[in-house]
Amino acid sequence: MKNEITGAEIVLKSLAEQGVEVVFGYPGGAVLPIYDTLFKQNSIKHVLVRQEGGAIHAAEGYARSTGKTGVVLVTSGPGATNVVTGLTDAMMDSVPIVCITGQVPQHLIGSDAFQECDTTGITRPCTKHNYLVKDVNKLSSVFHEAFTIAQNGRPGPVLIDIPKDVQFASGNYEEKNKIIIPSHRLFEPSPDFEKNKIEEAVELISKAKKPIFYIGGGCINSGPEASKLVREFINIVGSPVTMTLMGLGVIGSSDKNSLGMLGMHGMYEANMAMHECDVMINIGARFDDRVTGRLDAFSPNSKKIHVDIDESNINKTINVDVPIIGDVKQVVEKMISVWKEKKYKIDNESLKLWWNKINKWKEIDCLNYNNKGKQIKPQYAVQRLYELTKNTKTFITTEVGQHQMWAAQFYKFEEPNRWLTSGGLGTMGYGFPAAIGAQVGHPDALVVDIAGDASILMNIQEMSTAIQYRLPVKIFILNNEYMGMVRQWQELLHGGRYSESYTDSLPDFVKLAESYKAVGLRAKTTDELDEVITQMIETKNTVIADIWVTKEENCFPMIQSGSAHNEMMLSKDQKQDKKSAEKGKILV
Amino acid sequence: MNKSVYDSPDQVSETKRHILTVLVDNEPGVLARVIGMFSGRGYNIDSLNVAEVSNDENISRITIVTHGTSEVVSQIEKQLLRIVPVHSVTNLDQEGNSVEAEVALVYIYISDTNKKKVYQLCDLYRARKIENENNTTIFEIAGASERVNRFIKEINEITKVEIVRSGPVAISSIQKNEEE
Repeated sequence: MKNEITGAEIVLKSLAEQGVEVVFGYPGGAVLPIYDTLFKQNSIKHVLVRQEGGAIHAAEGYARSTGKTGVVLVTSGPGATNVVTGLTDAMMDSVPIVCITGQVPQHLIGSDAFQECDTTGITRPCTKHNYLVKDVNKLSSVFHEAFTIAQNGRPGPVLIDIPKDVQFASGNYEEKNKIIIPSHRLFEPSPDFEKNKIEEAVELISKAKKPIFYIGGGCINSGPEASKLVREFINIVGSPVTMTLMGLGVIGSSDKNSLGMLGMHGMYEANMAMHECDVMINIGARFDDRVTGRLDAFSPNSKKIHVDIDESNINKTINVDVPIIGDVKQVVEKMISVWKEKKYKIDNESLKLWWNKINKWKEIDCLNYNNKGKQIKPQYAVQRLYELTKNTKTFITTEVGQHQMWAAQFYKFEEPNRWLTSGGLGTMGYGFPAAIGAQVGHPDALVVDIAGDASILMNIQEMSTAIQYRLPVKIFILNNEYMGMVRQWQELLHGGRYSESYTDSLPDFVKLAESYKAVGLRAKTTDELDEVITQMIETKNTVIADIWVTKEENCFPMIQSGSAHNEMMLSKDQKQDKKSAEKGKILV
Repeated sequence: MNKSVYDSPDQVSETKRHILTVLVDNEPGVLARVIGMFSGRGYNIDSLNVAEVSNDENISRITIVTHGTSEVVSQIEKQLLRIVPVHSVTNLDQEGNSVEAEVALVYIYISDTNKKKVYQLCDLYRARKIENENNTTIFEIAGASERVNRFIKEINEITKVEIVRSGPVAISSIQKNEEE
């Protein structure tokens, strides 16, 4: 029949209509027809990674830095199973991803064919939704629905599994605007429905004596406009504000109301303020266990407002007084208009006392560390990196561990979408491919992966990708020859028995870089640090900067597992409560 | 109890049996999504029943019997609603008025000595004999789970049986306006 095109062509046409500019992928037997079609066109760029796990993290980095949907294309079997970690990561951190996997032809499904696996079965719990497309005529509608679902409501990963025979078959293409998605399959915000709740919340805020805003990644997912509105509202109220790991950048670090990050390695003043507040306004955060600490001692005397787009987050771990289901931008917009309409004013006297109290907590200077001697302290390395890059458009990605927390504590973000880290799943190996994705999305920006020596080795193969596409990503390794966070927990909770946490036989990172024709730099002492960072920034090539830092530095302050917000450890010397440490040991 | 790595601070309400009725698009994998949510998040399924209820719209109704505190069951409802092909989730116990029933088929080992007693009992419970080509004694009993339980207990005291049960299905008995 006329107008019919192949399944593979439908795939590319759907991607093009969805405005996709780049696909991260790796070819294989079951996706060859799609790669063949890719070869014959110029509108969509393909970035070839070196392992599928890298592709999906790169797509995540691309998505989170640009606000667009990241697209991944991999083959069946091992191709599909290699993206499972990234899908779970995207699910936990609400990153919009469309992942296309090849599948063996339909007549072979179930026969244990070569590179066959039950992809939709394996990925069901780690995707928002997934499809096995058996009819070529449904392919375009599946793609359009997949892109909508990935972005709609709380974003997340969607997987489309396409048997090879469907890629070869001929069928009709349907355009995006001809597809009607039934409303039950999507999240439909109903701000009018929540109007009363919003009014109740705003009234509660206006009467607060010790308010605190607790800002999460939902504000970033709601788009840059949402961050502006949240800033505006907080400014009007004059309330202190703290951010989760995922919410860094929503409020600028230099904002006078900002107390920085909260939680396990958050700021002392932020956690104390959370503990003692009388009204807590959670916008787009989910009371994660890294944030709340011990639940029965979590902010015991506050009324809690919770704005979330995902209803299942309401009362999941913390019961709240005023739940509001909706998109941050819409809800906060409405909050501001209610505030103005009713001419609310917060009690300035009480607010002043509240700020005085907070300023007293600030005097503790919880991030203080002993910066003596020639050896580089990891905190100092991040501080210098910040100072030397703050005037450049910079994206920071991280791996997972101590370096991640130091980056969150010492690098100061003024804008949303500049900070890409694996929060929910805590995926070591995330940062480097994510940096590659961010660099693809922002070719002229400075993209730095703050890494640890252990994490970077988890996806080091992506050096080839960075070099092939001339992506001048900078890898800034805080090298202490340990899995630092594992070592820290072993020191604090397991009697200092460093079981398997020493990273022996590390490569020479400078030579490693050179072997890929990248640039390798090394700083061993504080004198060399600035020079190395400056050289790293100025190099128009991929760089590995191997920063030798003190080996047994711990990340403080810290709320140990099983402790409450007002029981922070500020340093190793602080006596810990033996009992709660024992109790905390069984927790994660 | 709420799900968290930390102990829950809140008053825990009583564990109760709940019947959830879930309307879903009848598409491949939908049942796996629903039961996967239960196993993945550590919730219980006491019984489960699935069938297509409308031919034209491809909608299936899943009836799930679970037990938990009201906090847990409310989490279950919200987690079910996140699943893309799910239309609606109704907690029939919370709606108040509902009717439930289940079907059991019972193969009864019969002999001359117990025959009379068996038939009397079946008669009492209005269990219906199902004719079959092998002429074995198979009874069908339908009704509330309680009644089926009692029947099975009593027949078990008389003779050996094999049983298959559908698990309960339930429907709200509240009067509705004619529109759906």
